[in-house]
Formats: sequence, C-alpha cells, structure tokens
Amino acid sequence: MGRLDTSGASGERAIMPVPLQIGLGAWITGVILAAFLWVPPAAGFAAPEAARIVVFHVPCAMVAVVAYLVSTAYAIAYLARRSASSDAKSAASAGLGFLFTVLATVTGMVFAQVQWGSAWNWDPRETSILMLMIVYAAYFALRGAIPGSVARARISASYNVLACLVMPYLVFVMPRLMGGLHPTGTLSGPGALSTEYRVVLACAMLGFVWLYVWMLRIQVRLAECEAARGRKKSV
Amino acid sequence: MSAVELAGSDAETTAKPAWAAFARSAWAVLAKDARCELRTRHALGAVLLFAVTSTVAVSFTLTAWGSKGPVAAALVWLVIYFSAMSGLSRVFVREQETHTAPLLRLAAPPNAVYLGKLAFNLALMLAIEVVTVPLFVLLMGCRVASWGSVICILIMGSLGLSVGATTSAAMVARARARGALYAAISFPLLIPVLAVAVLGTEAAMAGSSAVAQDLRLILYYVGAVLTASLMLFRFIWED
Repeated sequence: MGRLDTSGASGERAIMPVPLQIGLGAWITGVILAAFLWVPPAAGFAAPEAARIVVFHVPCAMVAVVAYLVSTAYAIAYLARRSASSDAKSAASAGLGFLFTVLATVTGMVFAQVQWGSAWNWDPRETSILMLMIVYAAYFALRGAIPGSVARARISASYNVLACLVMPYLVFVMPRLMGGLHPTGTLSGPGALSTEYRVVLACAMLGFVWLYVWMLRIQVRLAECEAARGRKKSV
Repeated sequence: MSAVELAGSDAETTAKPAWAAFARSAWAVLAKDARCELRTRHALGAVLLFAVTSTVAVSFTLTAWGSKGPVAAALVWLVIYFSAMSGLSRVFVREQETHTAPLLRLAAPPNAVYLGKLAFNLALMLAIEVVTVPLFVLLMGCRVASWGSVICILIMGSLGLSVGATTSAAMVARARARGALYAAISFPLLIPVLAVAVLGTEAAMAGSSAVAQDLRLILYYVGAVLTASLMLFRFIWED
C-alpha cells in the first residue's frame, strides 16, 4: 500500500507539529521516570511504594471524563450543523474515552487490591466509572447496530447528549446516597500528598491530555481517510 | 392576530391556539396506540405474562429472604424494570415493522408523537404494577407501613422509567438486533431513577419520611430527561 493521498483536501497537514510530538514523548518519559525515581513513597497510604500508581490512575480518570465531554460537544455540534466530521470526531473521542476509562479502572482495581484489600468494593467512584464504561459500550453497540451513516450519526449523537445529561446523577447524586472509600482532600487537605507528588501529578495530567489530543487527531485523520476511500470506491 | 401569522398558518391553527392542535395530535397518537393494542393485545398479554412469571419465579426461589425491606424493594423494581424492557420498545418498533412510521411523521408533529407514545408507555407500566406489586406483596408476605407513599413512589418511578425508556425505544427502533440492544442502551439512562426508586420504596415500606427526598430526586430526573427528550426527539424521529 502506498502513502495515503490526502493532497486533494488541504495539502499535507501534520497531525501535530513535529516538535510537539517529540516534546510529548520526552514529557511522558520524564513523568514516568519522575514517578518511579524522584517521588518519595507516600506516607499516608497502606502501601507507600505502590501509591505511585496514583500518578497514572488520576490522569487516566480525568482524561476519560474530558474525552467524554469533548465527544458530547461534538455530538451537539453535529446535531446543530450536520457535518460528518463532527460525527467522526465525536465517535473518535468516545473511543479514546473508553480506552482511558478501562485504563483508569484497571489501575484503580490494582491499587484498590493493595490499599483496601479487594479489587472491587462498589465505592461510589468505582460505581460511576463502571457506569461511564457501560454508557460508552452502549454508545458503540448502538452505533454498530444502526444501518446508514446519516441515521447512525443522528441517533448516536442524541444518545450521547442524553447520556451526558444523566452522568451528573451517577457522579454526584448516587455517591451521596451511598457511603464511600475514596479519599477527598488528597491534594489539598491535611495529610495531603507531598509537594513532589503534586508536581508530578500535575505534569502527568498535562502529559495525558496532550497524549489524548495527539491520539484524537490521529483517529480523526484515519476516519477522514477511510471516508475518502469509501467515497472513491462507491463512485 | 397579525397578517404574518395568518399567512404562515393554515385554517385549523388559526381557529384554535397552536397548543390545542398539538394536544389533539398527541391524544390521537395515544388513542391510536391504545386501539391497536386493544385489538391485538400483543404487548399487554406478553408483558403482563412476563411480569407475573418473573414475580412468581422470584417469590418461589427467594421467599426466605425476599420479604426483608431492602431486598423486597430491589426485587420488585427488578421485576418492573425487566417487564418494562420487554414491552416498552414496542410502540416504536411496531411503527417500523409495519412501515407506518412515514405516515405518522406526516400526520403529527414529532413531539406530539413522543408525548402520545410516552403516555401509552406510562399506562402500560402502571398496568404492569397494578398486577405485579399486589401479587409480589401477597406472595412474599411483605409488610407495608404506608401504602400511600408506596403508590406515590411507584407512580413517580414509572414516570421516570417511561420517560427514559420511550426515548431509547425511538432510538433502538432504527437499529438491528433491537431486543438485546434495548435493555443495554436503556440501562445507563435509567439506572439513576431505578436506584432512587429502590431506596424510596424501601423507605415507603418502612414508613420512613425519607421517601419525600427520593420523590424529589425522581422529579428532577423527569424534568431534565423529559426536557432533553423533547429537544432531541425530532433528530431521532426524522427520516
């Protein structure tokens, strides 16, 4: 297979400027090294050495939520303007959100096993991330089952918006009705993590969002190429 | 009435206010569905049989523990939820299968269709509950402190479930493999109302006043999801 021909659209655009791509690799490497070598063991946790996983767990959860909000924003944009690229972006962002949700859940389960003694406890945040995962899974099941790209885009965008509306209930209302294990005030309260932790955690968050943006642009470019190839085939 | 308005509307809507025509369309959709249902009794028969069977199955296997408040509340809502999932998608799936959807799109505005179907589904859910809840209470030997609050939470819970389930029914009607997909895509939308209804039913059966807070939470859910559904329905329904 030759080079994908995108010159017809708007010339050769890089997915992200090359220095930014190299910078991303260096930044993530730095975060990983710092998490294992520079950060001291966290005193407040049951297993101070294992607590380093927080540096990767929290950004994954955050990116999962950001990806979901971006996906909903593009779904609304699709319903308002009906451009196929908004639908592609919405679906791509939801796909990445699912990936980061799985990563956050797995890292969380590993840490829960160490910290609380069992991998799954129906803690409110565990419940809400599971619901987030089910919403994503249902979204993709719905997309896969609707024939015709226009109807698929319209109906899955509607589902996306409705599910986003229900999420606050799962994240804010249900935890209040049940008890919880997740700590609050880990970042600011007394007994908070050390300064090194907070610095590395902030850097990891920036790195993960950066990584998400890069992956999203690759996915969107891929979808554009596939759509272009599909059009060429059908002509 | 201004000239612009007169020019832009037909004879019927100038004679009566727009909302009356809208309400008449919604009522006509409901009456049409009710008449179809009473002629064939497909959904009603199958759904009620499903509800009764699952109530009997649950009480047959779980009588020993099932009469305790929290367990009974969760079980009764599971029976209601899955009975609803077996029948509520019917309103839109039938239009799709009999190819009557395009005609309905021409005959009534989208939101009138939505509200008519919602009213039909709500009636179907209440019919399910009229049968299953007394049967469940009798078979399990539950003690109910306050029937009034149990009925309130059942009505509000059904309203919440049917608002979400009617919207997802419209979505799933356009998809393949609808039966399995319907429960899967409705679950994330309905889980808040299901969880709150279980807590509320438990409180109502114990005679606690906490039921008021649960009723309020369901009311907020209904307000939010109904508004969003009315805004989104035209996108789901259009061809």
